[in-house]
Formats: sequence, structure tokens, C-alpha cells
Amino acid sequence: MMQEGLDDGPDFLSEEDRGLRAVNVDLQTDATLQVDISDALSERDKVKFTVHTKSTLPNFKQNEFSVVRQHEEFIWLHDSFVENEEYAGYIIPPAPPRPDFDASREKLQKLGEGEGSMTKEEFTKMKQELEAEYLAIFKKTVAMHEVFLCRVAAHPVLRKDLNFHVFLEYNQDLSVRGKNKKEKLEDFFKNVVKSADGVLVAGVKDVDDFFEHEKTFLLEYHNRVKDSSAKSDRMIRSHKSAADDINRIASTLYTLGTQDSTDLCKFFLKVSELFEKTRKIEARVAADEDLKLADLLKYYLRESQAAKDLLYRRGRALVDYENANKALDKARAKNKDVLQAETTQQVCCQKFEKISESAKQELIDFKTRRVAAFRKNLVELAELELKHAKGNLQLLQSCLGVLKGDT
Amino acid sequence: MALCHFYLSQMAASSERSPPPFPDSEEPELLEDSDEEADAFTGTSISEMDSPSPDSTRPPKDIFNEPPEDIFSDPLSNINSEPQKKVDAKIPSPSSDEAVDLFSDPLDDDSEVMSSPEVQNPMPDLLNEPVEAPKSDVLGEPPVHRNAARHQDVFEDPPKSSSKSSSVKKAASAEMFGDDDDEEDLFKEPPKVVTKKPQPSGPPVDVFTEVKSDVKVKPQVKDDPTDLFAEEALTAPAPKPSSGSSSSRTNGVHSEEQDLFSEATVELSLDSPCNDRKNKEAVKPSVSAPAAPVASSSSKAPSKSLEELEEEESEDKFDLNISITNPEKVGDGMNAYMAYKVSTQTSLTMFRSKTFTVRRRFSDFLGLFEKLSEKHSQNGYLIPPPPEKSILGMTKVKVGKEDPSSAEFVERRRAALERYLQRVVSHPSLLQDPDVREFLEKEELPRAVSTQALSGAGFLKMLNKATDAVSKMTIKMNEQDVWFDEKIQDVENEEQHLRKLHVMVESLVNHRKELSGNTAVFAKSVAMLGSSEDNTALSRALSQLAEVEDRIEQLHQEQASNDFFTFSELLADYIRLLGAVRGCFDQRMKAWQRWQDAENMLQKKREAEAKLLWANKPDKLQQAKDEITEWEAKVTQYEREFERISATVRKEVIRFDKEKARDFNRQVIKYLESLLHSQQQLIKYWDAFLPEAKAIV
Repeated sequence: MMQEGLDDGPDFLSEEDRGLRAVNVDLQTDATLQVDISDALSERDKVKFTVHTKSTLPNFKQNEFSVVRQHEEFIWLHDSFVENEEYAGYIIPPAPPRPDFDASREKLQKLGEGEGSMTKEEFTKMKQELEAEYLAIFKKTVAMHEVFLCRVAAHPVLRKDLNFHVFLEYNQDLSVRGKNKKEKLEDFFKNVVKSADGVLVAGVKDVDDFFEHEKTFLLEYHNRVKDSSAKSDRMIRSHKSAADDINRIASTLYTLGTQDSTDLCKFFLKVSELFEKTRKIEARVAADEDLKLADLLKYYLRESQAAKDLLYRRGRALVDYENANKALDKARAKNKDVLQAETTQQVCCQKFEKISESAKQELIDFKTRRVAAFRKNLVELAELELKHAKGNLQLLQSCLGVLKGDT
Repeated sequence: MALCHFYLSQMAASSERSPPPFPDSEEPELLEDSDEEADAFTGTSISEMDSPSPDSTRPPKDIFNEPPEDIFSDPLSNINSEPQKKVDAKIPSPSSDEAVDLFSDPLDDDSEVMSSPEVQNPMPDLLNEPVEAPKSDVLGEPPVHRNAARHQDVFEDPPKSSSKSSSVKKAASAEMFGDDDDEEDLFKEPPKVVTKKPQPSGPPVDVFTEVKSDVKVKPQVKDDPTDLFAEEALTAPAPKPSSGSSSSRTNGVHSEEQDLFSEATVELSLDSPCNDRKNKEAVKPSVSAPAAPVASSSSKAPSKSLEELEEEESEDKFDLNISITNPEKVGDGMNAYMAYKVSTQTSLTMFRSKTFTVRRRFSDFLGLFEKLSEKHSQNGYLIPPPPEKSILGMTKVKVGKEDPSSAEFVERRRAALERYLQRVVSHPSLLQDPDVREFLEKEELPRAVSTQALSGAGFLKMLNKATDAVSKMTIKMNEQDVWFDEKIQDVENEEQHLRKLHVMVESLVNHRKELSGNTAVFAKSVAMLGSSEDNTALSRALSQLAEVEDRIEQLHQEQASNDFFTFSELLADYIRLLGAVRGCFDQRMKAWQRWQDAENMLQKKREAEAKLLWANKPDKLQQAKDEITEWEAKVTQYEREFERISATVRKEVIRFDKEKARDFNRQVIKYLESLLHSQQQLIKYWDAFLPEAKAIV
């Protein structure tokens, strides 16, 4: 099966790769806890990530260690944060998306089946293309998982989480399993309740202007970033198709050019050579747009969802608090179970205030992170676009020079 | 090419068997020959059109540039330095007037209407001329002009050859052009030898005496020259043949090619008088002339570069610009059609004025194609095919929806028609066709073929093509000619690859359009995202990004249309053209088949005769003998036709290849320039965006 170390891919991916790892920047990197994914292994239906940790924190046995983790374990870690009441006031870093190699694998399989119907060069070329595509998805997946860990490691509270430490240090299988049907059903109902609540929460006018503003902003922002993300995907997909077409044009021109040795054939060969190069650049333009633009948008789609979830939890807490107040009033009026109502009211009040306090900071941080990430990515995007356009320009100019000189 | 080889073999033969008559003049002539030949085959001699070639006493200076001039002058001086023999060779160096007479003569023979005695006179005149031609005359005119001499040779030939083809029917198409008759000359040469044998005159027939004797068979002679110049006759405004009128209507191509072919005959007559005694040997090599095309491919190479040179030069001189503009809808509903303005700008004297404009509709273009292919395709000419009919596209236009797709359709068709017409007129022989001129010049074209009828014809044509395809499968042509064998294969391969390429470019066009659309949508989405972003600088940057994407969308759209019009349409054109090339090959194969059939028939007749002899039935024997003679003549004729069509097709294909190379070069460079422009714009846009992105705080 396909086994790819992280570092033995074609050069052209490494650059973007590094760029991607910094999708969300400003993760207050400090030396006390540094996490990265040093290696990954793709097996038939799973990816094994080697999570490498360097830390000076006293609760780790060693300063540096590595464990092998799978995607499900990442999800488990994420879910444990979400379910922990303690963290209700924080934006839980969004879980990495599930590795999806199905499409790529399918293509590779199809290629194997169609081997007889194409020339050897075409086959080799297609195979290389698909392998490169596979590798790109692979690296993207790895990067997404790494970003999640980095975000957690950089978070002032979450980095101290016990589950996180176990995740990093325990060198055995965490024996987490995928959710079974019952749990999935529960999740589904939870989601139904949550969205119903979401409507409820959204409908309630917040007393706090800051949160009221954040709420309207996030609701709109999330929808728009979702839209942009989908649209950018489509744009990039058609860009890739165009690059593929140029690729195929180049190889057909090549076959045309090798038919004979006339001047026209030489001309075809030259143009084929040019197209072969420009399509590489064109494909990289698409790949860079994917990494710098689409992935950024996708990340903020998930992050804004996480922020929305935070607001939801706060809204829920607020509703609970108000209900507790009402219950307390009622109890006082009836003079029944006052003490219990008072305790509930106090718990709710505490919870709400705690959430509000941390949520405010979290939301401010979110904005700072967002602006910085957009800045970084947009600058890089523009620089890469310029670099590629200039590369293309140069290729075209030199090729035109040669062709015109020929005539 | 065939000629070249023919010529070479001639030279070789003569030099082997006897000392060459003009050792010093030989080489320059050879050079010159290849020069001219190059010209003829590339068909670029159009440039000559302005020079009233037949009667112009100017040296071919303006045709070729300076270098060739020297070459030309050399042989000339050589000729003059050895006047005695030269005269022998060129006794008939008559004034050009006679040449014209000859030209016009057949014309009159053909059109019985004009067969006035006055017109007929020149013929005998001319024919007598060679005999009477006083040597002093020739010498008296110091600058013996080669042109004139050549023409004379040409004139000698047709009668000579036609006399032999006594039973030849008029099959040699009525619409034949200048080059056809030249080829005829060439190919009729061998039969001459064949038929000569039975003649009592014996081997040492002097070329000139032969001419004489041929002259007397004039009634038979009539057919061929008639055909040759029938075309001229149609276009010549005045029935009375005067050198001025006919030459002004004739363009350079005609005369040039004539020169070319007469060159060969010049050579022949140069040799033969001197080698008179060993004439038989000297003439013999010419028998192999038809076979020459096979071997000549080897000798082709060196002359090729010359051809190319020639072409570059002549390209500038080809002064005929055609543009199609202002597509306009005429009428309403389903009877509506698009009319296009066809503007021509030229300095060619064959046209009445320098600029003129006519309005034509699509079916007129198709009609032109039909007319041209009816007339010329059986000769092996490559008739540029017009764009296909598109019922769907046109219906949309007719319905009158002003949507972009129908605008694109009209523009696409306009451009395709323009390219089609340009290809037609850049064909040296087709330009000569009166229908082409009429199409460009005449205010009102008779709407001879209605669209419906044409569709019917198209259907019939399809049927024909189907039967052709069947016969093609059944005819197993034993290809003798390596050149053709390879070329047919090449063309098929190339067509296949071009089709593949075309599909991909179409796909690129579609994806680019899709990309453009998706970019537009994304731009809107980003603008929305920007408007909801609460960081001012980021919001601003996002809306700037939206603007950049908007511009890029335009860029993609432009590029998509460049992909289509500059690249994809080029491929579509050449797929069509390669189909036409295959059509030429098919015509050649048909000619071959006809020849083989006649050959078989002759065989049968001979067997029948043998049987009759055996059975001793003298009464039927005479009939059988007559039949054999008849079929022998047919075989000869068909073989000659096959050779002629082979030469034409080869010439056409070489010309086509050259045009193709030039077209591809020009168009692809244009396409790459459009890509270059796109990238420059991209750089501009992103350069402007970069500071905006950096300004985010």
C-alpha cells in the first residue's frame, strides 16, 4: 500500500506545507510545551500520526517523546474538551477533518484499470499526477491535525488538560473507538436540541452589548465564510481542471511533435514543452490558492463555528441563569424551596459569569488571531500569485523569443 | 518535383550518351530550373500576377529577387554566345504576340460561337511560324528572351502531344487551368514516344518536323488547347484575342507554371536537335518521366529551402486582403439569415477595382465551395472546406435572442468564413476561377442554390462519401509511390491527433469559462465576507480582494475566448482541411482505379482477340482490333490522368503543409501572446493588491 513519509515528497509541496502549518498564527509559541507531527504513515484505511512533544513541564516524565496517534484519538481529545464543563467558556479548537483519500484512491485504482488503454508516457504521467495529488491531500491532513494540537498546546488552560497530556505521553493505544450507533443517535438529538436552542439563543436580546455585537457578527460571518469557502473550492477545482487540460494538451502536442521531424513538429515540441511547464505553474497556482485561501476560509469556518458554540453555551447559561432567577422569585413568593432555588441561582450565576468573563477574552483573541491569519495568508497568497505569474510570463517570453527567432 | 527529376534524368541521359551540347550553360540552367520549379509548386508565384507575363519582355527580375537575376542572365548570355546551336533549339523564339495568338486560339475553337475565321487564323500562323521562323530573326533580336522561347516551346507541345491522343476524349476536363495543361505537356511526352514507334517517320524525328506534321492534324489538336484556355476565354472581356487582354486576365501563376513546364520541354528541344542522330536515346529518358515522382522525393530536399525562400519573398507581394465584417440579420423568423460584408482590397489587375465590397450570406459561401469542388476536386485540387452548417446555432440567431451564445456563434462563423475565403484566394489556381472572382466582385449573386437544395446536396454528398468509403475499403490500392504511401499515413495520424487535441482544447475552453464563472461568484462572496468583517483593515483588504478576483474573472473570460478563437478554431479548421486532403488522396485513388479497370478491360479484349484468332473468325477480328486500339488509348489516357492527378495532389499537399506550418506558427504565437498578456495583467492586479494585504493590522 501507499506509504509515504512526510519528508520524501516532491519539493514543491514542502514550501506550501510549511505555509499551511501556520494557518492560524500567533499561537504564543513558548518553549515549555511544543508539539508537532514529525511523521505520518498512511495505511489502507487509516493514517498514523507520530506526535512529537518537547516540554519542560514537570508533569511529563521526559523532556522529549513521541507517540503514534490516529485520527479517532484526535476526535476523542476534542470531544473530551467539548464535554468538559470547565471549558465551557473557551473556544474549543476545532477538530481536524477526517482524512479523505477515497477520491484519490479511487482515481488511482481507475488508472490501474485503464492502464491498457493509454500510452506508457500517459500512464506514467497520470500516475505521477495522482500520486502528487494523494500526497498533497495527505500533507494537508497532517497539517490540519498538527494545527489542532498546536492550538491546544498554545491555549493557556487547555494545555494543562490531563487528557491532553495523556494523549501526548501515553505510548499505548488509547483504545478509543469510533462512536457506535447509539452514541451517534444521541449526538444527533443533541444537535437538534442545540440548533433549536441556537434559534432560541439567537432570538434573545443580549444584555451585554459586546456579546450582542459578537453574536450578530458571528452568525453572519459564519454563513458568509461558509459560502466563501464553498465558492473558493469550486473556483480552485475549475482552475485545477484547466491545468489538467493544459497538461493533456501538452502531451498531445508532444505526440504530434514526435510524429515527424519537420519544422512544424519541432514547433509543436517547443510549444508542448512550454505548456508542460506552464501547466505545472498553473497547477501550483491552484494548489497555492487552495492552501492560502480555501484552507484559511475552511479553518475559519470551523473556528467561527467553535466561537458560535461558545456563544451558544453562554446563551444557554444565560437562559439557565434567568430561569433560575425566575424560579427563585417564584420560590420566594411561595416561600418554598427557597434555599435550593438560591443555590441553583447562584450556581447558574457563577457559571454564566465565568463563561462571560473568559468568553470575552476568547472572542477578542479570536479576532486578533483571525486578522493576523488573514493578513499572513493574503500576503502570502499575493506573493505566490505574483511569483507564479512572473514565472509564467518569463516562460512565455522566452518561448515566444525562440519561436519568433525561428521564423 | 517530377519535373525536376525528369529534367535531371534528361540531363543525365544526355550527358552520359553524348557530350552535353552546352556544358557551360548547363549548370546555371539547372539552377534556374529548380528555382522556378520551386516557385511553381509552392504556388507562390501569385506575386507575379502584376507582371503581364507572356508578353512582358522584362526579365523575371521582379519575380525573383536579385540573386536569381544573375542566374537568369547567365544562361542568357551563354545562349547568345553560342547562337548557332541556340537558334536550333529555339528556332521558334517568336514574338510574344504569337504566343498570345496561340493562347487565344483554342479559346475560339472551343466556343463555337466565336469561331470566326479571323480568330482562327493565328493558329496556322503560329504553327507555320516554327517552320518558317527565320534564324536571322532570332539573332536579330539580341536579347533573346528566354520567356519568349519558352512559350514557343509550350506551343509546340500541346499540338504535338494531342495529335497522339487522337482518340482521347474531352475527358481532360473543360475547366482546366494553366497548370493542368502544363502537366499535360509533361505527361503527354511519353506517349509521344510510344506512338512514335508505329509512325513511319522513324526514330530520328526532329522535334520541329514533328511539330510540323502535328500541325496538320489540327482538327484533333483542337480539343486540348481548348480545354487549356477555356477558362481564359470565359473571363477575357474581348473575344478578340489580343495580347493585352488575355495577359492582364491571366495572372502570374498561370504563366509562371507554364514557364516551369516549358522549361522541361525547352530542355528536351535543346537536346534533341543536337542529338538528333541519336534522338531515340535522347527521347527515351522522357518515358521514365511519369515514374519520376517516386524517385524525385530524394531530389526534393535541396530545392525545398529555395522554395521556402521564395515563399517568404512572395508572401509580401500577395496583395489581396479579404475581410468579413458587419454580420447583419436580414429578415425575420425562420426565413431570416445573416448577411456578411465581404470587403476585398487588392492591387491585382485581375480585379476591376482596388477595393470593393459585397454582401454575402452563408449559403453563398457554401455555394462557392460546391462550385469549386465540382470543378476542381477531380483534378486533385485541395478545395478549402467552408465551416459547417449549424442548424442549432442559426436557429438561435433566427429566433433573435440577444444572448451571448448567439453573439458568439455569429462571431465564430464570421471568423471562420473569413479564414475560409482567405484560404480560397491564397490558392493560386482557385483565385483564377471566375466563380471566385464573381463571388468577390459581383454585386448580386444568382441565388442558384437555395439552402434547402444545398442541404439536399449535402445529403447526396454524404451518400457519395459513404459509397466512397465502401469502395475505398474494397479498392486495395497497390501503392507504388512511397511518398504517397507515407503521406496518406501521416495525414491520417495527424488528423487523429489533431482531433484529440481539439477535444482537449475545447475542454480547456469550457473549464476556463467555468473558472471565470466561479471566480465571479467567489468575488461576490468575498465582497460579502468583507462587508461583514468587523476589522476595518481586513474588511477593506477583503473587498480589494473581491475586486482583484473580479478583474481576474474578466481575464479568464478573455483568455477563454482566445483559447477558442485562436487555438481551438485553428485546430477545427485543420481537421476539416485534413479531411479535404484525404479527399484529394481519394480522388487520386479513383483515377488509379479507373486506369486499372481500363487495363483489365484491355487485357480481356486482347484475350478475346486471341480467341478469335484461334477460332479463325476474321470477320470479327477487325472489330476486336478496333476495340483493342480503343482500350489501349483509354489506358494511356487514364494512366496519364492518374499521373497528372498524382502530381497535382502532391503539389497541393506540399503547398498545404507549408501553409499549415505558417498558419500554426502564426496562430500559436498569437495565442501565446494572449497568454502573455493575461499574465502581465495578473501581475498588475496582484501587485496592486499586495500593499492592501500588508496594510491589515
